[in-house]
Amino acid sequence: MGKRFLMKGNEALAEAAIHAGCKYFFGYPITPQNEIPEYMSKKLPEIGGVYLQAESEVAAINMIFGAAGTGKRVMTSSSSPGVSLMSEGISYIAGAELPCVLMNIMRGGPGLGGILPSQSDYFQATRGGGHGDYRLLVLAPSTVQEAVDLTMLAFNLAEKYRSPVMILADGFMGQMMEAVEFKETHMDGLPDPAEWAVGYMKQRGSRALVKSLYLDPEELETHNWKLQAKYAEMTKNEKRHETYLADDAEILIAAYGTVARIARTSINELRAEGIKVGLFRPISLFPFPYEPLEALPKSVKQILTVEMSCGQMIEDVRLGVGKDMPVSMYGRVGGMTPSVEEIKDQVRKALGR
Amino acid sequence: MKETKIFEKPKSMVDVTTHYCPGCTHGVAHRLVAEIIDELGIQEKTVAVAPVGCAVFLYNYINVDAYEAAHGRAPAVASACKRLLPDSIVFSYQGDGDLASIGMAEIVHAANRGEHITVVFLNNAIYGMTGGQMAPTTLVGQKATTCPLGRDPKLAGYPIRMCEMLSTLQAPAYIARVSVAKPKYTLKAKEALRKAFQTQIDGKGFSFVEILSTCPTNWGLRPVDATNWLEEHMMPEFPLGEFKTPA
Ligand SMILES: Cc1ncc(C[n+]2csc(CCOP(=O)(O)OP(=O)(O)O)c2C)c(N)n1
Ligand code: SF4
Ligand SMILES: [Mg+2]
Repeated sequence: MGKRFLMKGNEALAEAAIHAGCKYFFGYPITPQNEIPEYMSKKLPEIGGVYLQAESEVAAINMIFGAAGTGKRVMTSSSSPGVSLMSEGISYIAGAELPCVLMNIMRGGPGLGGILPSQSDYFQATRGGGHGDYRLLVLAPSTVQEAVDLTMLAFNLAEKYRSPVMILADGFMGQMMEAVEFKETHMDGLPDPAEWAVGYMKQRGSRALVKSLYLDPEELETHNWKLQAKYAEMTKNEKRHETYLADDAEILIAAYGTVARIARTSINELRAEGIKVGLFRPISLFPFPYEPLEALPKSVKQILTVEMSCGQMIEDVRLGVGKDMPVSMYGRVGGMTPSVEEIKDQVRKALGR
Repeated sequence: MKETKIFEKPKSMVDVTTHYCPGCTHGVAHRLVAEIIDELGIQEKTVAVAPVGCAVFLYNYINVDAYEAAHGRAPAVASACKRLLPDSIVFSYQGDGDLASIGMAEIVHAANRGEHITVVFLNNAIYGMTGGQMAPTTLVGQKATTCPLGRDPKLAGYPIRMCEMLSTLQAPAYIARVSVAKPKYTLKAKEALRKAFQTQIDGKGFSFVEILSTCPTNWGLRPVDATNWLEEHMMPEFPLGEFKTPA
């Protein structure tokens, strides 16, 4: 095992980005992700990078547009209200096929909401947020180590698909301290930015255009189908999930991120009582891993979705299991968290015990 | 007889017909920018950031690396590009709706940070592309489709003078207002653009050139009348001149 560091989640996310070769950060302060820009503002100048505090999230995401257009590894981070403000820019980035990594350390909404952890931006992350038929590749870690690993993967995937990738975590993940290891990641066959990015006109012999406008409807349709083909590739290659004690389970808890972690403890304790309960945890939220839900172990008679939202991921769970499998939902919102005991009670209630 | 060519299309200008209306001065402004790019020999290292507005297809006419920014955000795009590619020459080209309305925050902060970019600001006192709505620069009393009786300052305030406003900031190095409405102004406009790009090349900081421009289509005037209207009505409101020059 490599060297391990005790780090706060937000700082680990930032350090993981630096390990992945990201030297450029643009963002605007918002709780609960401030440790990310603060870390970047200290570290990036030391390695010849750029940290720039934008005048707003609107400016920040458009700086990402400008920075990503050079083909270098760039990122921003924010929290829910800030991500709403970035949505127009994210749509432009997707339309112009620019690679970049976005982090949303979710807090409670709607509106100004609160500053405590939440998972209520699932729809925004997986269903768009901005306008147009685009998708974000969305990765949802449930431990700080996984946040590190997924961040490093995110930069590779962003380049591989020339598409924005979002790390969707909640305020817990940002504030939690854990020992982490930075494993080197390398992906073969990534496209060479010299083929498409600005700044290579002399070398390439022709200029680059970073744009998303196609006034001719036929051209725009072709462009859209090209993007969809890319999303289909992602769907084929990038689904990730984990199951825990699912093989003989009567009831399966579906949860992601921090909630999945709490649910694990509930599951261990319920198992000790003899209750056959397991976990399904999507790691990629788009593409969503439907297949394991389509082919559940015969023992599974129902699903309990637990989220820090009023019920968002449950729609994907339902899409996966189909209409014959009962799916119920337990949610805490506004910065409230489902406790180990609450989840245990919900499982017992669902089983009528 | 031996022919000597004394006038030709700038090398960095693409040989196509523009989509601009007859009498529109966007084309003149494009040409001046292209001439300066050629004269400074910077085509291969220049990056243009096009706006949302009639000039969105700037990149169809000037053959350099280019971005098409979201409405108003060109200064943010340009700032980041320049910071990552400090050896490039990065300029944004923006209309008055783009720069002085929806993009006000981005231009003020890029100027205030002293970003080493050049901004070419086409002020035609109207939203050209969307069909002649009121702009932040529309003159008091000037008619537009969203102020059919003329701009009423009690309802819509007064035209914003960007050069004067940005000149209150400490960081910008070069700020000037010029026009391309008539040949006598155009030569001065070219000199201002040259200074602006040179400011960037010399690493002296932020440069900004406002170009008073015509939109005969949405002003409801014939091209020649539009140039006269600009002289008579816009110039008193937006005086020409240099507001800041590099030390
Ligand atoms: C977010 C957003 N809002 C509105 C528009 C519509 N829109 C396109 S161009 C434009 C105004 C352009 O006016 P100006 O910047 O003055 O440029 P001109 O066409 O006059 O050169 C507007 C409002 C848009 N494209 N995006
Ligand atoms: S609408 Fe106005 S600004 Fe646009 S091309 Fe026509 S004349 Fe020029
Ligand atoms: Mg205009």
